Amino acid sequence: MADRRIILKTPGLTMRFGGLTAVDNFDIEVQEDRIVGLIGPNGAGKTTCFNMITGYYNPTEGQIIFYDDDITGIPTHKVCQKGIARTFQNIRLFYNETVLQNVMIGAHLRQKSKWWHAPFHIPSCAREEKEVRDRSMFLLETVGLANLANEQANSLPYGEQRRLEIARALATQPRFLLLDEPAAGMNPQESWELMHFIQKTREDFNLTILLIEHDMKVVMGVCEHIWVLDYGKLIAEGAPEEIQANSKVIEAYLGEEYVQNA
Amino acid sequence: MMASKLRNQILTLLAIAALGVFLWWANTNLDGYKIQILNLIAINAILAVSLNLIYGFTGMFSLGHAGFMCVGAYVSSLLILPQLQKDAIFILEPMARPIYAAHAPFIVAVLLGGLVASLFGLFIALPVLRLGGDYLGIATLGFGEIIRVFANNLVPITNGALGLKGIPAYANLWWNYGFMVFTFYFIWRIVNSNFGNALKAIRDDEVAARAMGINTYKYRVISFTVGAFFAGIGGALLASLLTTIDPKMFLFVMTFQVLMIVVTGGLGSITGSILGSFIIVALLEWLRFVENPMNILGFEIPGVPGMRMVIFSLSLVLIIIFRREGVMGMREFTWDGLFSRFSKRGEA
Repeated sequence: MADRRIILKTPGLTMRFGGLTAVDNFDIEVQEDRIVGLIGPNGAGKTTCFNMITGYYNPTEGQIIFYDDDITGIPTHKVCQKGIARTFQNIRLFYNETVLQNVMIGAHLRQKSKWWHAPFHIPSCAREEKEVRDRSMFLLETVGLANLANEQANSLPYGEQRRLEIARALATQPRFLLLDEPAAGMNPQESWELMHFIQKTREDFNLTILLIEHDMKVVMGVCEHIWVLDYGKLIAEGAPEEIQANSKVIEAYLGEEYVQNA
Repeated sequence: MMASKLRNQILTLLAIAALGVFLWWANTNLDGYKIQILNLIAINAILAVSLNLIYGFTGMFSLGHAGFMCVGAYVSSLLILPQLQKDAIFILEPMARPIYAAHAPFIVAVLLGGLVASLFGLFIALPVLRLGGDYLGIATLGFGEIIRVFANNLVPITNGALGLKGIPAYANLWWNYGFMVFTFYFIWRIVNSNFGNALKAIRDDEVAARAMGINTYKYRVISFTVGAFFAGIGGALLASLLTTIDPKMFLFVMTFQVLMIVVTGGLGSITGSILGSFIIVALLEWLRFVENPMNILGFEIPGVPGMRMVIFSLSLVLIIIFRREGVMGMREFTWDGLFSRFSKRGEA
């Protein structure tokens, strides 16, 4: 159990915006094939951590080690090529495109054909496009959106947009998936389904998943290890039961007074 | 699925054949004025489709189109001008020797015009495409003006403000429509490939596109360069059609006209651009009657020069207010769409 491979290490990761330290000495180790969670009150710096790992921000200090590569500060698209995919807190789909096109765009980076292959009818290009299309359809089937493949992305209901975003991220063939508040705006039924969906995705695609989430039912139900961030600092980590019992965490969420009176 | 694909291919070939028959008919039966309008429609369609690739599909607000046209026009014209004509028009300063000697057949000259324009496109894209939105518009606008100023002042090459006259009029209906079909096909294939999907992704949400592993900078440079290539071809054809060019032709107004066509036809619709080219060019010609003296309900109205531009601008304002997405929006005219519309009507 303890001997799983570490796929992500972030020794001393720090992000400062001018005088504000958004994330201070964020130091985690993510084990392979786990579903792990990052929680914390609003504004604690969770999304900033995601943005550093995926290359949107260049960390002020510290390193990001993915498998054996140092990926600190490399551009976002290269991070994705290394095998880290993400979703966004406020869904960012390609809204003018169809559901299928959205997934195909995700699959684009693994394509070998060059841009001029299509206009010049290079046969290998047509073959590859067909493969991409078939694989994208397969992904849509796994997330249960295959019947909506030709709908425009902005016509989907909220929950399905979330699933489409995950399907699009899966199309990049990641080894490590970052989900930014996947259950946001979902009702209990939907988030319950989401939990199972996340677990099934991990099994089906051999993924490691790190998720940010406010819905404690989801976090406690699906995560095997949790880190808690408050004001940019890690205040606790451990298994879900440990986190639930941790007085620091309760304090961060509910305030000091509550802990004293309880 | 296969059957409909075959059907579409046959229909496309039939459409091209029909276009050919029409051109053949037009060539023999229409007068020079009408043929000129048809030619202008084709060239403007090339320009509009190329700008649509840059602006409509990749979301880069570029105002440098006149600059690329200028490059294409000069390169190709200098290659097809006979030496006798070069002797006759370069009266300010003698012409640079290598350019005096250079000569090429029309098709090579046009393609080279496009190629040099795309090199300029690449050259400008590398620094400028790090910008986005309005800044990009301003930077490309400045680039277009720089090209024009160069054309004005590099007298041994461009003959300065006098421009080039007596360019052989090779660009007939066949060449223009041939290049239009080529441009249409090439860009159609690009935007309907998965590479094209990636371009649209950049347009829709660049942040998300980067997270999908798309090197947005590189892709924007490619799109911009390809767009510049076809703008150069359009400029080259235009030069040969009008047989005379000078730097003043490639003012910002030129870019603006292409932009109007793209917006009217629909940003992100290739068939829309061709339709838009037809609408705008035809409308501009048709509106000429308002500049003649008119008699409305017994009132004698003297002709006002420039009146058609007023009406034209007004109609554009109306388009922007009432149909912002243009005639086609982001949709395309496709055979499948046509058939599904018919079959739906049949069911009802």
